[in-house]
Amino acid sequence: MVIIGGGISGLSIAYNLAKLGLDDIVVVEKKYLGGGSTGKCGTGIRQQFTTKEHIMLMKESVKLWEKLDEELGHDVGYRQTGYLWLIRDEEELSVFKENVNIQNKYGVPSRIISVEDALEIVPYLNPEVFIAAAFCHKDGKASPFKTVNAYYEAGRRLRVEYYTYTEVKGIVVENGRIHKVITSKGDIETNKVVNAAGAGARKIGEMVGIDMPVENYRHHIMVTEPFQEFVKPMVIRGKLYFTQTERGGIIGGIDMPEKPDQPLRARLDFLEVFAANLVKVMPILKNVNILRQWAGYYVMTKDNHPILGETEKLEGFYIAAGFSGHGFMMGPIVGKLIAELIVYGKPSVPIDALKLERFERGELIYERAVIG
Amino acid sequence: MKIVCRCEDITYEEILEAIRSGYTDIESLKRKLNFGMGPCRGRICIPIIVKILARELGKNVEEVGYPSERPPIIPLPLGILATGENREEKS
Repeated sequence: MVIIGGGISGLSIAYNLAKLGLDDIVVVEKKYLGGGSTGKCGTGIRQQFTTKEHIMLMKESVKLWEKLDEELGHDVGYRQTGYLWLIRDEEELSVFKENVNIQNKYGVPSRIISVEDALEIVPYLNPEVFIAAAFCHKDGKASPFKTVNAYYEAGRRLRVEYYTYTEVKGIVVENGRIHKVITSKGDIETNKVVNAAGAGARKIGEMVGIDMPVENYRHHIMVTEPFQEFVKPMVIRGKLYFTQTERGGIIGGIDMPEKPDQPLRARLDFLEVFAANLVKVMPILKNVNILRQWAGYYVMTKDNHPILGETEKLEGFYIAAGFSGHGFMMGPIVGKLIAELIVYGKPSVPIDALKLERFERGELIYERAVIG
Repeated sequence: MKIVCRCEDITYEEILEAIRSGYTDIESLKRKLNFGMGPCRGRICIPIIVKILARELGKNVEEVGYPSERPPIIPLPLGILATGENREEKS
């Protein structure tokens, strides 16, 4: 069993497969574990989505996050500090009311709150820049680095093997069956492969003649020097998001117009737009120092939902990719469901609607709540 | 106890322990211990840690390499950068 991609998805799939008793699990990673989008992400974990598919997946994922320290025997830095969505005008308010209705219908306890209530949750917000807020106290955040290491160490105890700095060069298919994976460090015989390659997922698909309808969009993010925590939830306003990490720095980003497949270089104008928006929302931060900025990919699908499951086009070829900016938060549930699919043939939460084939069949599910 | 990373209080002993528990490339080691992510931006600790790692692995410093650089070179206040006001994101 070869899992291509050592980000949270691949690591979680490997751990869950080993937990279900599967042997000979190999994770192949081009760089270091968490070296792709996982290690560059904004740390947020939320259930405030707008489709049944996303809400159900994230509701189950949060249940796993809540016990992940215990499950993996390693701190993952998970904190259930909520997501606070600042609503700018009446038009947005009516959209958020609809979203909250959908979320409540599926058991997510989000609610619309007043500006005064929002200021109780996060002090120093500028009350001039929003008229109400949406809040879900069951949303939260975790440390991507700690989570990667937790899955790695737990998987290693279950004899998962990790080949880092190892690039997949090809996949040999004979008579409609996967035969082996060719890597920069040698061949691995297998008839089952998981494509969890994040920004490399399209290229892995091409190796077996499968068109993965995903595009890599560069997103920018920065972190400041640490200070005592008072921004506990993830705060969102329009396309701006920010929170404080466990170590105390503000981590955050804002959407910038980008073409697909741009190299992961930082843009100075991102800092200008981000800083202007952040200081407007929370003026007290104007003297806080930015320590560093970086960029990572959102691997976008046409409907902003991931591609999950075995493809009908090639037996033994499983996909967990195209998370559209939500791969980190979905990692725990995705690992569990893909492992159940591989071992039992059926996951405990249905993911049929998220198969690759939905794109050809025109059965798209549209998510409108994508940020950063 | 010897402090190697002064921003994050990472000790020599912690570095050895992490290397010996399997964090044997500079990027993973950095993310295991969080060194080089404080206000000094790694200027003090990273060259030292690269040498420790090289010695532990029996490699030379070039083989171990340096972690990727991230701008800005020195910490900058948000207020100074906040010139994008008239370009506020509209969604």
